[in-house]
Amino acid sequence: MNAPFEPILDIRGLRTIFRTRGGEITAVNGLDLTVAAGETVALVGESGSGKSVTSLSVMRLLTRNVGAIAAGSIRFRSKDGSVRDLVALDEQQMRKIRGDDIGMIFQEPMSSLNPVFTIGDQISEPIRIHRNASRKPAMDAAIALLEQVGIPDARRRAGQYPHELSGGMRQRATIAMALACDPVLLIADEPTTALDVTIQAQILDLLLTLQRERGMGVLFVTHNLGVVAEIAHRVAVMYAGRIVEEGPVAEVFRNPRHPYTLGLLASMPRLGEATRLKHAGQKLAAIPGVMPSLANMPDGCAFSPRCRFAINACRVAVPGLAAVDPAHQSRCIRWQEVGQ
Amino acid sequence: MTAAPFISVRDLAKHYVSRGTRLNILEGISFDIAKGEVVGLVGESGSGKTTIGRSVLRLVEPSSGSVQFDGTELTKLSSSQMRRTRPRMQYIFQDPFASLSPRMTIGEILTEGLNIQSIGTRKERVDRARAALEQVDLPADAINRYAHEFSGGQRQRIGIARALTLAPEFIVADEPVSALDVSIQAQVINLLRDLQQRLGLTMLFISHDLAVVEYICDRVIVLYLGRIMEIAPSADLYARPQHPYTRALLSAIPSPDPDAPRNRQILKGDIPSPANPPSGCVFRTRCPNALEACGGAVPQLREVGPGHFKACIRDDLN
Repeated sequence: MNAPFEPILDIRGLRTIFRTRGGEITAVNGLDLTVAAGETVALVGESGSGKSVTSLSVMRLLTRNVGAIAAGSIRFRSKDGSVRDLVALDEQQMRKIRGDDIGMIFQEPMSSLNPVFTIGDQISEPIRIHRNASRKPAMDAAIALLEQVGIPDARRRAGQYPHELSGGMRQRATIAMALACDPVLLIADEPTTALDVTIQAQILDLLLTLQRERGMGVLFVTHNLGVVAEIAHRVAVMYAGRIVEEGPVAEVFRNPRHPYTLGLLASMPRLGEATRLKHAGQKLAAIPGVMPSLANMPDGCAFSPRCRFAINACRVAVPGLAAVDPAHQSRCIRWQEVGQ
Repeated sequence: MTAAPFISVRDLAKHYVSRGTRLNILEGISFDIAKGEVVGLVGESGSGKTTIGRSVLRLVEPSSGSVQFDGTELTKLSSSQMRRTRPRMQYIFQDPFASLSPRMTIGEILTEGLNIQSIGTRKERVDRARAALEQVDLPADAINRYAHEFSGGQRQRIGIARALTLAPEFIVADEPVSALDVSIQAQVINLLRDLQQRLGLTMLFISHDLAVVEYICDRVIVLYLGRIMEIAPSADLYARPQHPYTRALLSAIPSPDPDAPRNRQILKGDIPSPANPPSGCVFRTRCPNALEACGGAVPQLREVGPGHFKACIRDDLN
């Protein structure tokens, strides 16, 4: 069933649009991305890059009348091995997939937890719905899950309400909820962004362990390049609705071939590095300017107005993805010079 | 540096009572800031860093302790005396969306402090606002526009300009770049450092991001649950962290360098509640190096290197 290299998630030509008062804007434009079983793929970018819209598109959680998938396919292989295009499914079919084949965790644990139900009720709910389990065995399964995600005194915690838990504990509980039905794909949208750094370290460690144990695919959305290096096998860097660079994390971070990736990595203050910069009287290498508005995109490469490598040809047409090597792609016509 | 410190905080404490429970938010906070120095205040949520920043400017009243500003005891000033002192000290807020009024033009926002303080004529105030915009690299025509017309990074520049119009000597910057995207964050960090150096500002820089703090601060104070764990010159703190909490905090920061060694030390558990802090050292319940003795007396800050202090009884950790 698990044919090698066959992705569980295969996104092709995804275009997601938003309807605003000023007209239609394209938030995700022609996105191709795959996630294989046992693989963690990070989707990284800044505000407005389209990374969260991509994950919402996969989950089919775009608010109707506001956002919609305008083109493309999202082929997904369920636990039973059947492959379907999520774009073609109706809401009822999607409900069967969400929480069962696809688990989801979000930035704010409080927004995925219901304040008036106990933690145990909420974790056992997907088991009762998708597995038809009765109350008692579902609750036992929920308690076992709470133990797996490292919540001490799980039986007592299962009887508590979300407000009685700390932020880190709540995020552990939402992870337990997402994993309740053994999903093949976990979509994690900035799951550690609201957490303190020592708690973030705990949660990343937990996600790494769970992923290894369960062999699920993970689509991990984040703005934090450090987190990407910790958790992902592959990374796709997004800018203004498009993937601009993609490849194995170590390869992309060691040898970035898109000026935006290069700029992002350089603009991050790094521990130990700052003292050296300060003594040398140097500044952080900021990227000048701001990301263009999606309603008012420049011609050609969207990054060209901020790019120090830009030439006239960059402003003519949107560059295609060029293969730096078979696993590493860059949407830059000057990628060969960028790496030098 | 041997002169009297510009800012001197002694035994600052802040308690709240919530539903009959006393919350110890800050306890025994003492530190100095020299004129022209940038001191970083780092710690996680609930460490009390914002409360210290606000107490120093008396935006919240400390429960006890002293705050001296250029030789004046701020905690004893009347509100009118305090108002006269305020132009010399300003605050930069974290959230560039919440801290600018949507109903005022940028010009009105920038001149509001000058109006309240009755500084200059109308024309002089507008000139000052224009100069402040120029200092933060915003176009002069911003003065007639509204906050919503600007991006997050630009709004944070407006927040900085607002602090500068009163020509302050001391600025408390509370997580000024935390809400910004990485590429924009670097622009604003560079701007803050430039301004600080050019204007000789004294600054208390509050942040949860140790890498940002290293870049901008001369000295760093590490807080945990309302107590100071360690104080050191930046370069020294990052090269030779002494307190187990500082070490854990530094090792928890994910590095984008794929070749960096991944020998992360993961702290167990959560920050305890300020309603029920552990006895002795407040960090001992999560400390990988805790001994039984750590539950006894509260460890005092001890000098362990030039200008480097730690509040930990163990000297055998290396």
